[in-house]
Amino acid sequence: MQEERKILLGHGSGGELMHQLIKDVFIKHFGNEILNEQTDSAVLQAGSSDIAFTTDSFVIDPLFFPGGNIGKLAVCGTVNDLAVSGAEPLYISVSFIIEEGFPIADLEKITESLAAEAKKAGVLIVTGDTKVVNKGKCDKMFINTAGIGRLSSKNLFISKAKNINAGDVIIINGTIGDHGMAVMNARESFNFKTRVESDCASLNHLIAEVLGKYPVKFMRDPTRGGVATVLNELAAKTGFGIEISEPDLPVNNGVRAMCELLGFDPLHIANEGKVLIVAGTKEGFKILEVLKNNELGMKSAIIGRVVTDHPGKIVLRNETGGRRIVDSLAGDQLPRIC
Amino acid sequence: MKYVDEYRKKDLIISLSEKLKTISKKEIALMEVCGGHTMAIHRFGLTSLLPSNIHLISGPGCPVCVSSQHFIDMAMAYSRISGVIITTYGDLIRVPGSSTSLEKERASGSDIRIIYSVLESLEIAKNNPEKNIIFLGIGFETTAPATAAALVQAKKEKINNFYVLSAHKVMPPVMKTLVEEGVKIDGFIAPGHVSAITGTGIYDELASEYGLGVVVTGFEPADLMQAVLMLALQIESGTQRVEVQYQRVVHKDGNTIAQRLIDEVFVHGNDIWRGLGAIPGSGLKIKEDFSSFDAEKHFFVDIPESSEPKGCICGQILRGLKTPLDCRLFAKKCTPSDPVGACMVSGEGTCATYYKYRS
Repeated sequence: MQEERKILLGHGSGGELMHQLIKDVFIKHFGNEILNEQTDSAVLQAGSSDIAFTTDSFVIDPLFFPGGNIGKLAVCGTVNDLAVSGAEPLYISVSFIIEEGFPIADLEKITESLAAEAKKAGVLIVTGDTKVVNKGKCDKMFINTAGIGRLSSKNLFISKAKNINAGDVIIINGTIGDHGMAVMNARESFNFKTRVESDCASLNHLIAEVLGKYPVKFMRDPTRGGVATVLNELAAKTGFGIEISEPDLPVNNGVRAMCELLGFDPLHIANEGKVLIVAGTKEGFKILEVLKNNELGMKSAIIGRVVTDHPGKIVLRNETGGRRIVDSLAGDQLPRIC
Repeated sequence: MKYVDEYRKKDLIISLSEKLKTISKKEIALMEVCGGHTMAIHRFGLTSLLPSNIHLISGPGCPVCVSSQHFIDMAMAYSRISGVIITTYGDLIRVPGSSTSLEKERASGSDIRIIYSVLESLEIAKNNPEKNIIFLGIGFETTAPATAAALVQAKKEKINNFYVLSAHKVMPPVMKTLVEEGVKIDGFIAPGHVSAITGTGIYDELASEYGLGVVVTGFEPADLMQAVLMLALQIESGTQRVEVQYQRVVHKDGNTIAQRLIDEVFVHGNDIWRGLGAIPGSGLKIKEDFSSFDAEKHFFVDIPESSEPKGCICGQILRGLKTPLDCRLFAKKCTPSDPVGACMVSGEGTCATYYKYRS
């Protein structure tokens, strides 16, 4: 008897399982030339100009965490998906699915955060929807968003990763793994004394500043699945290899300590205020300076390079000269036992 | 980061590597018993820093990997009993049983919760008095004291809906078994955290009866390089004995409070190891005094005869007889996202380690 296949939590973790599901189910039924690009935002022609269009859902538990809440996260996530596609985010929608019995005071707090972050990012919340479901039919609150941005023709290629060459540098605008570990620390009963804060932030102004000054070849926000998953997708898409240097990876001590204890790899942990930028070597160093002068990029670093060796694979060199292949996250990260 | 960075200094590791090259030209095979060591060796690329006459062999020290198919099948059968909540360390959740895995059982509606400390199970038990909570107790001397502490606590607080399915194991009998079965090794790199609990006396017999060197070792690259050096020196001078490299953590008497807890709750008995079969005295069974918490005495399930997955050579890998590269399923049919054998599931399993650090 054929075993009935079911959705596992790992299918939502942003790693290998989810990519397989997207391919086997969604692309199979929806496939079209826009969707098949599988970029953060769809690029659509509207008259003579292009627009970027994206959607996202937020099911985070707990709703409030150090560094933000589900409302702030919803704006940042949507704005960043547009911004990394090279677009200028303009409008977003916000839909709530709320569990019966949810405190209105909390809804108000979340809504205030949504409004404040939208103002900061310079986007308007222009439409929305509210659904309430019976107790137990959803976990407190889920939010779905959509976002629209204007895409200048000179930035059209950014999400396609087509101009990448060996020697290009890979830059990140700060420490990795903060969001994932902050949420995990808030959710589980570890009682770690270290305070890890989510990096949740809208990056559109930072990205606009970079794009206004220097050419960028590719950008992506390393959310679920972390930096490793984005780099693997990039390597697969371009056919180049990528080499990264472990000592150059910016990781906060609290995140590093939690990862060491739990057996996690910071490269697989979610970020919500980070962008990976690929640029030519010369431009890369200048972009690094621009990023470092912005409060959202003070700990920016060049973490690796595009190479012709080991095509399609990410190789990490560590401080002791060891090297390893960095895969996409397979399913959920599982904490080790002893 | 303190206690980490100083043991990862490149200069220190290279100097240990250089020194090692001058010690011995003999062919030396050392077994790192613990999965944590296997992972660190590959993560830091230590094999490339060893002289070609020194060989490291991975042993059976990943608790998930050595848990028998029968144990996994029992856990899944328990999870299907109505009113049962299974609590488990995360590593176990993807291990394939005979038919499915806990992860798939959870997707089918079983209440299976990942916890980080067994004590969370007691909280879950108190908050769900109408349910029965079964904790899947796995791990070596490292995790057994925590399970014992939970059982003592449960008894004290008269929590009557908390149970443990114990597959806890101890290290020395399996090491002895491997040697007696003729696995060719000259010494053991022994897990530091086990001896932090047990002390170092547990290995005396391996040194005195079998003439093997045992060095109790930490988990950073400098620890491991130093341990290899200490073992090479012992072998070269013919002075095989038990030594402690991990002195910043391990006391020769270990943690006596933890030892007393283990003794209070558990008794040594036969246990089945995946791929190795039954090993006398290698399991920690729940004592009669605590039998009211023993899941096996309260829940009766029919488990069909289980067999190892076809083509999987986890058993031989756990014995150090083969490496994952000898397995025809490795990285083809068996990957971390779709594992066939347990050694591919745990982050510290030999196959998962080889997969991650393959080049």
